[in-house]
Amino acid sequence: MTAAVSISNVSQRYGQATALTQVSLEIEAGEFVVLLGPSGCGKTTLLNLIGGFTEPTEGHILIGTRDMAGVAPKDRPTTTVFQDYALFPHMTLRDNVAFGLRMRGMDRAKRSAKAEAMLALVGLEGRGDRRPHELSGGQRQRVALARALAVEPDVLLLDEPLGALDLKLRRQMQGELKAIQRRVGTTFVHVTHDQEEAMAIADRIVVMNAGRIEHVAPPREVYLQPKTLFTASFMGEINRIPVQGGNAPFGPVPAPDGTLCIRPEALSPHGSLRIGLCRIDDAAFFGTHIRAHVSPLTAPDLRLVVHLPQSQPVEPGRVLDLGAETYVVLTE
Amino acid sequence: MIRMLSWAYLVLAYAFIFLPVAVLVAFSFQNGRLPVPPFKGVTLDWYGKVLGNDDLTAALLNSFLVAVVSSLVALILGFLAAHALARVRLPGSALMRGVLIAPMTVSTLIIALGLLNLFTLTGVRLSLWATGIGHVVINLPLCFAIPYAAMGDHQRNAERAARDLGAPEWKVLTLISAPMLAAPLAAAFFLSVTFSWDEFIIAFLLTRFDVTLPVEIWSMLKSGLSPATNAVGSLVFLVSVTLVILLELTVFRKRP
Repeated sequence: MTAAVSISNVSQRYGQATALTQVSLEIEAGEFVVLLGPSGCGKTTLLNLIGGFTEPTEGHILIGTRDMAGVAPKDRPTTTVFQDYALFPHMTLRDNVAFGLRMRGMDRAKRSAKAEAMLALVGLEGRGDRRPHELSGGQRQRVALARALAVEPDVLLLDEPLGALDLKLRRQMQGELKAIQRRVGTTFVHVTHDQEEAMAIADRIVVMNAGRIEHVAPPREVYLQPKTLFTASFMGEINRIPVQGGNAPFGPVPAPDGTLCIRPEALSPHGSLRIGLCRIDDAAFFGTHIRAHVSPLTAPDLRLVVHLPQSQPVEPGRVLDLGAETYVVLTE
Repeated sequence: MIRMLSWAYLVLAYAFIFLPVAVLVAFSFQNGRLPVPPFKGVTLDWYGKVLGNDDLTAALLNSFLVAVVSSLVALILGFLAAHALARVRLPGSALMRGVLIAPMTVSTLIIALGLLNLFTLTGVRLSLWATGIGHVVINLPLCFAIPYAAMGDHQRNAERAARDLGAPEWKVLTLISAPMLAAPLAAAFFLSVTFSWDEFIIAFLLTRFDVTLPVEIWSMLKSGLSPATNAVGSLVFLVSVTLVILLELTVFRKRP
């Protein structure tokens, strides 16, 4: 039903190109892990290696205690939800969902009952006689999920499963994915390039870049205490301020040499790390907040992005006294 | 005016194509000894004669068997080749595709002569089997090209999902790939059957005692014109038309 995944020193090369370099990662049984990164960072390659669609050039992958080297996808305790769903168009939803059980030799009555139960789990009860082309994108995605979960895999792999859905539906499906994962207890490994999606569903986020893992941590930590500049800027907008000899451009700061990283929403009149007086250059209303560009009076060349409350008057030229509540200094 | 002209053109074009067939069918009902004007009245005698002729009905059955079996073989071989070449990148894929399609460009006469030489050299007896092999050769390119053109990412992904769910390769082929390609496979099959059904040169050169229908008709023609020949021709035409209509109704209509 569920198993840990252990990835040790895995490298993957295609000819001259390197897709993964010495990647190691421990995933606990029942954990919801999201592989996050820009396209080409190796996240899908890593997923394919776990699923067995490609074999690593170097390194080992264990699922539970079993080494997966040379084990074909059909013999692995994994199933995959593909980005384009890959439903079987000539079969009913029931037969789609029951396909894996059929391959495992379960008789028709039993597997149909199981398929109906899985369809109910994803909110499609009683639609077993429909065919995939009668469904909307979101519904197809649910069928793909039910089909992959029907065989009770130890590890479910999700390859950008929500990528083709519109924003509203995507947010809704994120919630459902998380709820279903809690209910079935299977280990989920989910690939996405959407950091909001990653934070919404993950127990832990694995940030990847250029074939390496940058940071592995729960969403809060990845966002608030990023380990690398890449992670800091990939997780969302961030102000980077160079610090040298205890001095930032706007004045002395109690921080070592490096880059001071401050999220726009961490800047407010009350923050403990004082920036000092800043002049508003421009501002735009974003609904939940006002996004403004400001420059410290002591360092007019430094431009900071700041999120201000909706009630804040923000005409250009106004001066605010700002400080950072949370920040991190990266020395790389 | 232009509209009238285009209609006239359409009628002329169809008349050009179908007039010979219409004449053939009309004179198969001729109440007389020769299938030439004047038309002397309607009778079904010739059909009775044809269907009562054991040689002809045997040839009809032979043609049917050769057409269906050779088309099935060509379809299976063509589908497997198409599936492999669509999915796996091999060194020389382009060359292999070219070689598979090449027989289409060679005249059936050349293929028939080549097979005749080969069979004589290797001591294979000329028979309906030999003809069937010849028909596989001429229909294989078609049975390869039609499914090959219809394969795409959509199908590759579904196959991948099936494998992921535990399907061994032969089940992927029979439960996923083939049903997803049902329309192009049926099109290839029916086209093969009609080609094999009509084929004369290979059947003529590679059969001895049991012959196919076109060869039987040929030997009937040698003894002169008769409405009986027209009746056989009409029956052959009826079968071809039925196949085409079946194809139209089952395969091309169903597109979702």
